Amino acid sequence: MFRNQYDNDVTIWSPQGRIHQLEYAMEAVKQGSAAVGIKSKTHAILIALKRAPSELSAHQKKILPIDDHVAVAIAGLTADARLLCNFMRSECLDSRWAYDQALPISRLVSMVGNKSQIPTQRYGRRPFGVGLLIAGYDSAGPHIYQTCPSANYYDCKAMAIGARSQSARTYLEKYLDTFAECSLEELVKHGLRALRDTLPSEMNLNTKNCSLGIVSVDMKFKIYDDEKVASYLALIEGEERSTAAPDGEEGDAAAPATRTDLQPPVPVSAAADGEEGMES
Amino acid sequence: MATPAFPTSFVPGPLWGNGPTPGQVYNFPGAATAPDQWGTQRTLNPSVTTTSVLAVKYKDGVVMAADMLGSYGSLARYRNCPRLQKINDKTILGCSGDYADFQFLSNIINQRVVEEECLNDGFSYTPPGLHSWLTRVMYNRRSQFNPLWNTYLVGGIHQEKPFLGYVDKIGIAYEADTIATGFGAYLALPILRDAVEKNKKMEEKQAVELIDRCMKLLFYRDARSLNKYQVAVVTKKGSEIRGPIVSEANWEIAHMVKGYE
Amino acid sequence: MEAMAMMPYQQEQTNHIERPIQHRFSPYDFNGGTVLAIAGEDFAVIASDTRLMTGFSILARDVPKTTQYTTNTVVGSCGFHGDVLTLTKVIQTRLKMFTYLHQKEMDTSSVAAMLSTVLYYRRFFPYYVYNIVAGIDTEGKGCVYSFDPVGSYERETYRAGGSASSMLQPLLDNQIGMKNQEGAKQVPLAKAKAVALVKDVFTSAAERDIHTGDAVCIHVITKQGTTKETYPLRRD
Repeated sequence: MFRNQYDNDVTIWSPQGRIHQLEYAMEAVKQGSAAVGIKSKTHAILIALKRAPSELSAHQKKILPIDDHVAVAIAGLTADARLLCNFMRSECLDSRWAYDQALPISRLVSMVGNKSQIPTQRYGRRPFGVGLLIAGYDSAGPHIYQTCPSANYYDCKAMAIGARSQSARTYLEKYLDTFAECSLEELVKHGLRALRDTLPSEMNLNTKNCSLGIVSVDMKFKIYDDEKVASYLALIEGEERSTAAPDGEEGDAAAPATRTDLQPPVPVSAAADGEEGMES
Repeated sequence: MATPAFPTSFVPGPLWGNGPTPGQVYNFPGAATAPDQWGTQRTLNPSVTTTSVLAVKYKDGVVMAADMLGSYGSLARYRNCPRLQKINDKTILGCSGDYADFQFLSNIINQRVVEEECLNDGFSYTPPGLHSWLTRVMYNRRSQFNPLWNTYLVGGIHQEKPFLGYVDKIGIAYEADTIATGFGAYLALPILRDAVEKNKKMEEKQAVELIDRCMKLLFYRDARSLNKYQVAVVTKKGSEIRGPIVSEANWEIAHMVKGYE
Repeated sequence: MEAMAMMPYQQEQTNHIERPIQHRFSPYDFNGGTVLAIAGEDFAVIASDTRLMTGFSILARDVPKTTQYTTNTVVGSCGFHGDVLTLTKVIQTRLKMFTYLHQKEMDTSSVAAMLSTVLYYRRFFPYYVYNIVAGIDTEGKGCVYSFDPVGSYERETYRAGGSASSMLQPLLDNQIGMKNQEGAKQVPLAKAKAVALVKDVFTSAAERDIHTGDAVCIHVITKQGTTKETYPLRRD
């Protein structure tokens, strides 16, 4: 790496108007394994790739339940995710305590946004090193949100985060217009295909490394792991994998950290302001 | 005083066999004694009070009514106290009991409604949401021995269905098809229940007439009531507060009521 | 001196000659209701009436005092309804936290233990609530736990609580405990018999106790889950 005068603290601007510490934190998300979230008019789903740190250990949980109507898929520092997760759980419980109602997803996400903004503007602190895909269902329908260490958050129709997730986003962009009308089965198939595209060709999805979460109006958020994802994996078994050649992108240890690599991914956004980068 | 508390001579039973009564001062390790009658006490009296609120669910909404009298003890002091409040298009609130406490909480609720409006995220107070929140507020205040001396009724439409809920000053809360507070609980509620039971698909017109009839009845019998009242109606189409309505009273036969002097 | 002898939380005071009549604030009320639970070999039955009262007035006719806490735990709570609502919410919140933390539902015996500590936490300003927990234990057997308002509890095979408890309990002693009978044999209680008994005793309680009536809500808990039925009682 090169020496950088302007990356000592999160409160230091670079002359180019960048905050390097934030951008490094954004990189942490890309170190985590991939996660995909998609929504139709009726369902929101999360599909994530689980990693085991070693042969000796179990696969790390990637989808964490927050409340009956919401869960998150994480990419980045698991410990930071756990803290945010506890925060979100307690906010959801508070809502049920006071109003006897599920906390609207948009409000939950904005609380996470406000919380993560604080360490991006204080001397001596570090931003959260985790990106979240938040999937949930409230009285306004299904939702997928993406949050970043930079405290930005995006309302998405579909999104992928984590290592080599550009391939998944490419897949999602291709089928973006069909998602709204998809059945649950179709939605899961799209999710699995998108996630599979992030894998190197010698690797495949299996019951050990794949985790699935589904929520809809008449169903509490349900997370499927291990043998319970087998029937879903069977849906795309034997299908031809898309030929999109993996470009030397993020997560690739060989790729030097050039300036373009530090740009946050452009989200597949449903909101008008979704196209903005984190500088805005 | 003006608000007839529910039967006042009631004392809760002991917590366990031969144990202390709930609320009694408890002296460890077991000697229960009556509290000093003139010891420390927060004065917990209602001053300007209001009387009954009536409400009934009908086929596609809720009708609620309350008169506009603010009593100071037995003095009919204020004759223009509105105590039905529109929270939003789907929610209304009615209150009986201490009028100052109502204005206090009403201000807080209005502030919260405005703040929520400012979020502009398409979510607003729902009737069960407000009902639950009121339950927490009232229970917390009673637990601090600093109650809001009110009974609240929340009416509205939630998920296409009528909603009607009750919360009182000690945190009792429930939902029902017909609710009346104060004297209305004795005089009007049996009539409301009877009407609703006989006519499960009541129309708005019938519900409003029913409420009007009960308000007049209360004016005749409740000494702390007034024949000027408001009616709130919530349907899918929205909520509105009507009135003040003045019901015509007929006291011609009053001179024939004798034998109670 | 007469005033001093009065019950402390009576709201009206008699010596108002110099002062206006005062409402004295009482943080408690009793809202009636009866709860009953029976543990069988591989099932448990728990029932409550649905009447909500204050004094001599019926507030509502369809408020069951039973709450399902987990797949195989149902709790009946009656007494002061404000405390019932709050306590129920506290327990449900803690159960939810437990579920996320431990990735499983809490056992019935643990729900009972937790309820006891939650109740005792308010030892000096008690929740005026009589609780009965019914469910299936870790061995698959039906279980019932009964509580006093400050958290003392024990496991039992049957228990009545609330306003008609003093009428129901001796009846259960006789019919389920086979007490005070000569030569009566203890036979395992069948599920259908238990449910029929519950309906009968609630019908009787509604005849004599003004705080009990309107309907009885019966939960039958087995390993497979819980079923619920409502049976009408007299409404006067």
